Amino acid sequence: MTLLGHFALWAAFLIGVWSAGLAFFARWQDRPELSLAIRRGSYAVCAALLVASAALWKGLFSHDFNIEYVAAYTSRNLPEYYLVTAFWAGQKGSLLFWAVVLGIFGALAQALTSNRFKDLLPYVAGVTNITAAFFIAVMLFGEGANPFERLSFTPADGRGLNPQLQNPGMIAHPPTLYLGYISLAVPFAFAIAALMARRLDAGWIIAMRKWALASWIFLSIGITIGMWWAYLELGWGGVWAWDPVENASLLPWLTLTAFLHSVMIQEKRGMLKRWNMGLIIGTFLLTIFGTFITRSGVIASVHSFTQSSVGYFFLGFLLVTAILSFTLLYTRWPDLEPEAELESLASREAAFLFNNLALVGIAFSVMWGTLFPIISEAVRGTKITVGPPFFNKVNIPLGLFLLLLTGIGPLIAWRKASAANLQRQFIVPTVTGLVTTVALLLAGLRDGWALAALGISGFVVGTIGQEFWRGVRARHVMHDESIPVALVRLMGRNRRRYGGYIVHVGIVLYFVAFTGLAFRTKAEVDLVPGQSTTIASPFGWTYELTHLGISQYSALNRQVSAATLEVKRDGVRIGTIKSEKRQHVDSFGNRLFEPSTEVGLRSDLREDLYVVYGGSPDGTERSHFVLQVNPLVAWFWIGGAVLVLGGMLTMWPGGPQVKTKRRAPVQAGYEATLTGMPS
Amino acid sequence: MKPGVKFALGAAVIVGAITLLMIEGVKQTGTYFLTPTQLVEKSAADPTLHDVGLKVAASVVKGSISRDPSVQRVDFTISDGTNSFPVTYTGMVPDTFTDENDIEVVIEGKFGNDGVFVATDVIAKCGSRYEAVWDEQVAAS
Repeated sequence: MTLLGHFALWAAFLIGVWSAGLAFFARWQDRPELSLAIRRGSYAVCAALLVASAALWKGLFSHDFNIEYVAAYTSRNLPEYYLVTAFWAGQKGSLLFWAVVLGIFGALAQALTSNRFKDLLPYVAGVTNITAAFFIAVMLFGEGANPFERLSFTPADGRGLNPQLQNPGMIAHPPTLYLGYISLAVPFAFAIAALMARRLDAGWIIAMRKWALASWIFLSIGITIGMWWAYLELGWGGVWAWDPVENASLLPWLTLTAFLHSVMIQEKRGMLKRWNMGLIIGTFLLTIFGTFITRSGVIASVHSFTQSSVGYFFLGFLLVTAILSFTLLYTRWPDLEPEAELESLASREAAFLFNNLALVGIAFSVMWGTLFPIISEAVRGTKITVGPPFFNKVNIPLGLFLLLLTGIGPLIAWRKASAANLQRQFIVPTVTGLVTTVALLLAGLRDGWALAALGISGFVVGTIGQEFWRGVRARHVMHDESIPVALVRLMGRNRRRYGGYIVHVGIVLYFVAFTGLAFRTKAEVDLVPGQSTTIASPFGWTYELTHLGISQYSALNRQVSAATLEVKRDGVRIGTIKSEKRQHVDSFGNRLFEPSTEVGLRSDLREDLYVVYGGSPDGTERSHFVLQVNPLVAWFWIGGAVLVLGGMLTMWPGGPQVKTKRRAPVQAGYEATLTGMPS
Repeated sequence: MKPGVKFALGAAVIVGAITLLMIEGVKQTGTYFLTPTQLVEKSAADPTLHDVGLKVAASVVKGSISRDPSVQRVDFTISDGTNSFPVTYTGMVPDTFTDENDIEVVIEGKFGNDGVFVATDVIAKCGSRYEAVWDEQVAAS
């Protein structure tokens, strides 16, 4: 099977390079008849990569430990579903995963794009294919990067999967994040195609809008699950550590969010054409930059793959792509003249411009902080790192400014808002925000940042509530619909708008959850069985925890020491909580990896009780525990779900407006001439 | 004033604020990230370095680890081959933080005037003996 895998990789590589070369040749020599051949290249690359992937999965499922990758990431006693995920657990497999998904997306972009945009499609194929070819080239020519390499001996058992990856979150976290990264290649390809073909109206934006939304949704899911994984597996009780690899996933999310807002201005007003091109090119480059950071080891991180020379392939690709893309953009600069100017600062356009500025500003500061060790070493000869305090200091004010804009934007009219319009729009949200702040003050909250965050959240919720209420009431009155029917139809007929508002609700929930983390309480104790300790919740009650003892047993692929604690809240028993130390073993009982910790968790909507068993010295049952009460953590996961549902609503296919357009009444006699004409 | 100009002014204010926040952020939270040799040399030249938080990356000297489980304290010596100094840390370290393993650490804390580094955080990368065995097998094949 490895021979087939090798062969398929070479086939995909050669077809990819050939079809990309042909795309540029066809443009240069003006040979439009070649476009079908170029586009078919996408399907061929996809098919070859599917064959290669099947070959690797065959190796994983048949426990062919002679294949280095199979031996390095699986073992005989590994549960079967982790054999599926072992595909992307290591450097080599994840490169193949990346290539095959890009192949699939490239083929889908060809198959699903409307014929209206057929001038763009050969270039789209060229860009997606050359990108796929680059990833294949890394596997074929990179040092130790080929997943089909064989060992000269066959180990009796494999080394097994890293226990931190043996977690349901890790089944979904890397692939969703990769899907987000990879699908960004398609909007980028459309941008390059529009530049190449000089089709610089809003057409390319319409053609790739759903791809950009899908990338955004995947990135959002990937980042949220990543936070969940960090919370459960890393054992420090936080969700975001401003680690370089985390930052690398946030950067394209930020610029893509900016892009999704600014393209609306281009669609409506014909402004920001150059900015949008720059943003989408930059976003794609950031995905490559993220890959470089994760794989090169230039910056120390808890998440990264082992250091290898493979990173420098990505650096090279990053530089070449940046130079080519921006040169192309420069040559088309005069064609991207804006069609309108900003008419007033009190306009939707201006709010979006500030939103873009804040998002790109956050992205820039995050990148600066991430690269600071390298920058400072280059400039001053001494490595200086900045930690979470830097990122919090810069990003809390910027984040709140952005949150405020989330509430303001929808209230202001396009072009120019009148004073009467502003007054009518702002009263309800402002009152909601103030009421929230005052209520929290009365409840005893005194932290300035927390009050600001929650007050602004109230303002945004007021805005969204008002928008929904006005829409529903209008339908209720005009079409005589009941309130629930009116609500459903309102959302169904204006999916982009109301889906967007639901996404904003999700963002508000994130801010609320982050605010909660500022109030966490923490304690470290040593307990012998029977002994108790207490920890206070920021909501005012007290937990009493009693050590019930340690139990030791063997499970499927590990030896477990579990510590159980009884939990009482204000004297009332509410259950037990268990945290484990796990030592993974292979099927012969040999130890694999370092011991890992399984966090004990009791979660509700208000707070999480979070327990880490730190082990017992020398066979005693005297145990070390780290205890935390983390308020409002559940709202991260709820916010993430809301965000994703809202995002899906904005891109749900079809829609009544489209249907009514298609079924527009045609005068008899004209129909014959109209059919068959390009629409 | 044209709206475009007004926006440019507003943008300048925001960009200025971001720049200022970043400069302040680096000033207040930036931490030196040094090797033991750099730390010994720099702190000899500039005694104020003893008063600020630092990060040091080095390896733990084998046989130097002593633990006091009753107070969760661990003392050890780190070295980069040229210079070494003792470290004391109170808190949890991984189970594999023993003399049997090759341990690379990044420690964060202050380098006291007495030459003892008081760590507030220890991030240990234990050169896994399991991976080492594996690498030997692959290399021998």
